[in-house]
Amino acid sequence: MSDKFDTKVETKGDSKEIARAFAEAKRKWQEDSENSKLKLNRKFTTVSMEEVNPLYTPEDTGGIEEVGPEYLKKLGFPGQYPYTRGVRPNMYRGRIWTMRQFSGFATPKETNRRYHYLLKAGQTGLSVAFDLPTLMGYDSDSPRSAGEVGVCGVAVDTLKDMEIIFDGIGLEKISTSMTINAPSSILLAMYCVVAEKQGVPLHKLTGTLQNDILKEYIAQKEWIYPPEPSLRLIADIMEFCTNNIPKYNTISISGYHIREAGATAAQELAFTLADGFCYVETGINAGLDVDDFAPRLSFFFNSHLDFFEEIAKYRAARRIWARRMKEKYGAKKELSLLMRFHTQTAGCSLTAKQPENNIIRTAYQALAGVLGGTQSLHTNSMDETLALPSEKAVTIALRTQQIISEETGVVNTIDPLAGSYYVEALTDRLEKQAEDYFDEIDRRGGVLKCIEEGFFQKEIADSAYHYQLEIDKGERIIVGVNGYVHEDEKLEIPILEIDESVARDQIAALNKVKEERDNDKVQRSLGELKKVIKTNDNHIPALLECVRCYATEEEIVNVMKSVFGEYVEPPII
Amino acid sequence: MEQKFRILLAKPGLDGHDRGIKVIAAALRDAGFEVIYTGLRQTPEQIVEAAIQEDVDAVGMSILSGAHMTLFPAVMKLLKEKGAEDILLFGGGIISEQDAKKLQEAGCGRIFGPGAPTQTVIEYLKDTLPGRRKRESIL
Repeated sequence: MSDKFDTKVETKGDSKEIARAFAEAKRKWQEDSENSKLKLNRKFTTVSMEEVNPLYTPEDTGGIEEVGPEYLKKLGFPGQYPYTRGVRPNMYRGRIWTMRQFSGFATPKETNRRYHYLLKAGQTGLSVAFDLPTLMGYDSDSPRSAGEVGVCGVAVDTLKDMEIIFDGIGLEKISTSMTINAPSSILLAMYCVVAEKQGVPLHKLTGTLQNDILKEYIAQKEWIYPPEPSLRLIADIMEFCTNNIPKYNTISISGYHIREAGATAAQELAFTLADGFCYVETGINAGLDVDDFAPRLSFFFNSHLDFFEEIAKYRAARRIWARRMKEKYGAKKELSLLMRFHTQTAGCSLTAKQPENNIIRTAYQALAGVLGGTQSLHTNSMDETLALPSEKAVTIALRTQQIISEETGVVNTIDPLAGSYYVEALTDRLEKQAEDYFDEIDRRGGVLKCIEEGFFQKEIADSAYHYQLEIDKGERIIVGVNGYVHEDEKLEIPILEIDESVARDQIAALNKVKEERDNDKVQRSLGELKKVIKTNDNHIPALLECVRCYATEEEIVNVMKSVFGEYVEPPII
Repeated sequence: MEQKFRILLAKPGLDGHDRGIKVIAAALRDAGFEVIYTGLRQTPEQIVEAAIQEDVDAVGMSILSGAHMTLFPAVMKLLKEKGAEDILLFGGGIISEQDAKKLQEAGCGRIFGPGAPTQTVIEYLKDTLPGRRKRESIL
C-alpha cells in the first residue's frame, strides 16, 4: 500500500472529469494489488471453471457515468479511502481471513491440549478464553471463585499457568488473541514473560489484547476498577506496546458484547465506534501521537442473523472510522484509518432447542462476516447455549469456515455486494444512524458520562426487551423455538462437562507455586508496583517484575484496588 | 384488589450477562409484579438477606457462567437456615435439562432454559405463588 491515501475526487466535475478520476483510482488500485506481497496460491474460477475478476465496479455494468462522482466518494476501491470496499487492495485474494476459534477451558494443561488439536486441524491463530475468576481478578482459591474455576474458560492464577497453556507453541509463529479486559495488563505481562522464557523477542509477538474496558461498563459487565483509572491502565498499555511490541493490537474495540446484550445493529455500530473514538482521545490526551498508536487499534464485531444488515454494518463501520480518523483526529498514516476487525457469529442467536440448526445459523452469519470483509473469524459451535463446545462441535464450526473459503467461491472477488441497491442503501442508513448517536452521546457529555448515567445500558436493555416481545408474540419466528417445534425433543449431541476435579487440581497447582516461589521477592515487587501506580509513570515494567516472580493475579489486582478502588454499577432496569 | 407479588431478581456469582434478567424484570413488571433487582455479583448471603428484608414471595436467579450447581444449592440452604424456605427459588440461564432436573429434585422451583418465553415464566409464577407464603406480618 502506498502512503498516499487521499484520492482527490472532483465531485463537481463533468463526466469526463469523473471518468478521469475513476481511471486514476483504478490504476492505483491495480498497482497496489500487484505490488502486494500477499498472494494466495489458488485458481480464481467458478465451479463451472469460468474466470472471476478480482473486482467488479460500475464499469462492468452501466459505466461510471451512470453512478457519477458518488462512487469514488462513498465506495472507491479496496485499500483506498474511505475503505468501504475493504482495507486491502486484494483482500482474500492476498490472504484468507484468520480462522480463530475462541477457546479455553478447565486447567491450563487441558487448554494446551485443545490448542494443539486446533492447530493440527488447520486453525491459524489462537484465541484464549479465560474463566470468570481470571476475568474478574480473583485467584482460583478465592471464596468468590467457588463453582467458576475453569468453567467458562481456562483458569490462570500465575505465570506458571501461562507457561503451561503455551507449552510447545512457538509464540513467534502464532498470533494470539486474549479476551481479557479489567486485568488486561497483567495477562499481557504474563504473555511477554512467557515469550522471554521461550527466547522470543517482544517485537516479534503478534496478536490482540481485547483490553476494551468501556464495553464492559456498557454491556459485558466484567469490570474491576472505576472507568478513569481503567483508562489510565489502557494508556500505559498503548504506550508500552507502541515502543516494545509494535505488531501487537493493543485494543480490540468490541461491539460483539454490546450486540449480545441486546443492542440493534445500529447501536452496536454506534456505541462501538464511540468507544473507539474515546480511546483515540485517551491516547492523544496521554501525549501520544495519533499515528503512533491508532494503527494498532482493531475492532471486534458480532455477526447476527440479518444477513444484509450485517454486511452493510461492516462496510459502514470502515467508512465512518476512516473519515473521522482523518477529518476529526488528523491521522496522516494510512494504517491509522484502516478499520481491521474480527468477527464472531452471534452466540445470542443460537437456540437450545434443535441445536443442530445452529450449524446453519452460524454458517450464514459467517458468510456475512466474510462478505463484509472481516480479517478474522470465530464461528460458534452448535452446543454453545448448552455448555462449552465439545470437540466434535468445534470441528464442525471450523469446517464451516473452511467450506466458505475453499468451496463457495465468495473469496474470488472483493466486496461482491457493492452496488446492490439494498446493501448500499443499508450502508448509508446505518452510517446515518451511527452519526445521530454520536451527536446524542456528545450532547450528553461523552462516553464516560453516558456510562455513568446508564444511557447505553438502558438503550440496549430496551432493544433486548422489544426483541424478546416480538418473539413471544410470534411476530418473529425462531425455528425450533416458537415455530416448527418438535414435541418431546430429545437432545442428541454430546455435552462437554467440566469436572469438579478441575478446581481442586488448579488450587493444588496454585499452592505449589506459592510454596516454591521467593515470597520476599514477591512482596517487594508488589510494593514497587504500588509506588508506581500512585504516580503517573507507566506501570508495565513494575508489573513485569511481579509476574516474573510468580505473584498471583489476585495479589496484583488487590494492589491496584487499594489505589484505584472498585467500580459499583447502579442496578438499572 | 388483586395481591401484588414481590419478586427479587438476582445475579449471583461472577458472571455479568444481564440481558436475560433485565428482560425478565421488564416482563414481570409489565405483568403486574413488583420487581426488585439486586444488580450484579451478589453473594448467596446478600441475596437471602435481601429476600428476607424485602419480604418477597420469590427469588429468581440468573446464571450463565456454569456455576449454577454451586450457587442454587447455596441459596436454598441459606433460605432454609433462616426459616424462609416458603420463599420460592426459581431461575434460568445456561443450564442443561439434566442439571435443572437435579436442582428441582433438590427442592428448587422451575429452572428455565435459554429461549424460554417470558409468558411461561409469568404463568408459572401466577400458578405457583398464591397461598405459598405464610406472611405473618400481613395476616
